[in-house]
Parts: sequence; C-alpha cells; structure tokens
Amino acid sequence: MLSKRIIPCLDIKNGQTVKGVKFLEIQEVGDPVELGALYAEQGADELVFLDITASHEGRKTFVDLVKRIARNINIPFTVGGGISELSDADALLNAGADKISINSSAVRNPQLINDMAKNFGSQFVVTAIDAKQQQGDDWVVTVNGGRIPTDKRLFSWAKEAEDRGAGEILFTSMDHDGVKTGFANEALAKLSEELTIPIIASGGAGAMEHFTDVFTKGKADAGLAASIFHFKEIPIPELKKYLHAQGIPVRL
Amino acid sequence: MNLVIIKYNAGNIRSVNNALLRLGYEAEITADPEKIMKADKVIFPGVGEASTTMDYLRKTELDKLIVDLKQPVLGVCLGMQLMCSHSEEGDADCLNIFDEKVVKFPLPNPNPQNIKIPHMGWNQIYDVKSDLFDPSLEGEYVYFVHSYYVAKGADTAATTDYILPYSSALQKDNFFATQFHPEKSGPVGERILKNFLKL
Repeated sequence: MLSKRIIPCLDIKNGQTVKGVKFLEIQEVGDPVELGALYAEQGADELVFLDITASHEGRKTFVDLVKRIARNINIPFTVGGGISELSDADALLNAGADKISINSSAVRNPQLINDMAKNFGSQFVVTAIDAKQQQGDDWVVTVNGGRIPTDKRLFSWAKEAEDRGAGEILFTSMDHDGVKTGFANEALAKLSEELTIPIIASGGAGAMEHFTDVFTKGKADAGLAASIFHFKEIPIPELKKYLHAQGIPVRL
Repeated sequence: MNLVIIKYNAGNIRSVNNALLRLGYEAEITADPEKIMKADKVIFPGVGEASTTMDYLRKTELDKLIVDLKQPVLGVCLGMQLMCSHSEEGDADCLNIFDEKVVKFPLPNPNPQNIKIPHMGWNQIYDVKSDLFDPSLEGEYVYFVHSYYVAKGADTAATTDYILPYSSALQKDNFFATQFHPEKSGPVGERILKNFLKL
C-alpha cells in the first residue's frame, strides 16, 4: 500500500538551515547536508530544501549545495527558492535534484509550469502555494514568502497548476505556519478532492496527532514540517510508530 | 568492475551514479557504443517522456545497441518502460525487450479514496523473484514516481499494488528492470543495487 509521506523541510539561508516563525524571525539550526542525512536515516520519506532568501533578494539558487545533498542522501529531495527560468531548473536537475518547487515565479508566469513539465516531466515540478484565509473557502494566494497578496485564489490556482502540468501541490497555510496548532485540514481536504495530483500539507504541525488529522481529515498525501523536527520536539521514528499505531499507512 | 550508465536525453541519470558512489563503485556515464558494449554491467536509468526519449535512442542508434547487450542490464523507471514493446505515453514503439505494453494508470471513478496520479512515494514490493531480489526484500518499501505502468505478465519479477496489482520489476535473461528508483530507496534500494552488482 502506498504510504503517507513525512517530509522535513529545511529552509536554507547562506548555506545554513533556518526556521522562522511566520517567515519573519530567523534562527540558524545547522548544516543542511548533515541534517538531511540524519533525517533520511531516521525514516524521513523525502526532504525539501528551500532557499528562502532567493525569491526576494533575486539571488540564484544553490547549485553547489544541491550537488552535495545529491551525493550524500539516499532518498528523494525537492529544492526550491528563486527558480524563475528553465535554465535554473536545468542546473538543479543536473546537480541531482529529484524535483523542483516553484512558487512566486509560477504565479507571475503560469506558463512556466507548462514549460517545466514539458521539458523535465510533471514528476519534476512541484507547485508550492502560500495562501492566507480571508473567510470560509476564500484563500488568497500570496507571494514572496507571504509578503504580497495576489489576485489568485487557492483552489482555482491549484487546479490551474494541475492542468498546466504540475506533478504535486505543496500548500502552506500562512495562517497556520509556525503556530503549531495543526494543519489547515478543511482546505487540504477540498484540495485533495478537487485535484488528482498529490497534495503536500505544510504549516501548523505541532504535535503527533496533527499528522493523524492531516492524513485523515485533511486527506493529504504527505505532511511537511520544519521546526518540530529541527528542534527535536517530535523525533521522526516516534512519529511514524505513532501513525502506524493509529492505522495510517507509513514506511517503518 | 567496469560499470556504465547509458547517457541519453532523459533526466536524473546522475542519481544512479551518486548511489553507486555511496556503495563504493564508480560508473562511467557515456553514450559511446564501444564502452557500453565492453562494460561488465550496464545501467539504463532516467525519468522523462517516452516518445521523445525513444526518438533520441533511435536517432543515435542506441536502440539497436541496447537490445543486443549480453551482460547484465538494469533499466530503472523510464528505462524499464522503454525496454517494453510500446508506451501509451506519446504512442511510442519501444525497445521490445519485454513483450509488455506500458499504459496509463486508470483513475477510479468515482474516487472516494482520492487516489492520485502519479503514483508517487513509498510502496511495497511483493512476490519478488529474480536474482535482483533476495527473499528478505519481500514486502519492503521502495520509492516510486510514475503515471504509466506495466501489467503483470510472464517477465514480472516483483509486484506492487496501486489501483491494481502491476509489475514493479521485470526480468528476462540478462535484462533486469525496476519501475521504482533503487537509487532513491534508502538502504533497501542499496541492497537491490548490490544484488545487481553481484550478478
């Protein structure tokens, strides 16, 4: 049976892993390759490395770090941050990334999703969406790390991304990110029902039961979190044993 | 050991080499027919689209070379699909090493369990046979990413359930192939690669 995926996310700034609260205050927490290898050994199913400074400083991505990750880590990983052209994605693919995640650049230029999917295959293209809830079902898509609201809405944009060839959606609720009170399960369930590609849930993990909820109530295919893993609040082996006991299919 | 990874216009060819390096082996990534023919073992990896990669293999005449190889050959993911007779992806005639067709997963309708395509993530292999697998690999989890699959048939070497039971590995004579990515499947994948290297 296909297992639900647990994905630690490593936000990278200046080559170090960092985690901010609501994308603002930033603390350094360690070497990305070492941390990634440790998570892989502990049973992480995939890893995501996001260059969080790239998009607003216009900095190009971190190809050398990606090469080191690819050489050292034996599970799949996604890289994102500041990817706005095919050549950026090509360099990361050649450096060994299994998938790339595009966010602001896809909002500004949706055709980028088509171009990436056509050139590298849909399986390579994760469309990340940061959204903020207005009221009820109305979620506004934001760009540049949640700083700028756009005229796009979560559900229609996610569907458009799928139609354009995205292989997965990584949805981060800006209302839940860093707050540790659980994922945005209602919106996630709606996404999962409306789309046919996998949904990665992000934002809000603070306790093991939040993962049970995101896979049952939120119908997500994967759960992503950062600080709870980086600060060792929830060890991955314990989380997976817990989920297994809860009847969630996980790889032990 | 002289290991070669076939270089062509598919993605992620280096991932396999990275995995081999972690196991203490180094492969040459090349499209040179001479080097491919002389290698002790040949790996044919890749992710991408079937018809464009087949066009490229034909243009470079790697298609004829691959089917004539006599040493152990391991196809991975798209590599396995290209080793079949035909792929629905881009309506491509393929290498026909395995007499199997590659078709798209049918999405259940209605779909109460919200099953997704691609089949992406960790899933189990069972009914393992072929020297690629030892019995301890029965039921282990490996990493998959694919939207097209090969039905169960005479050459099935491992089975996985997704929407339906299908061939997650194939073997015929010196040709071995996995739909999943051993190079991305943690310690389990490393055991499978080691089994191939021991052949």
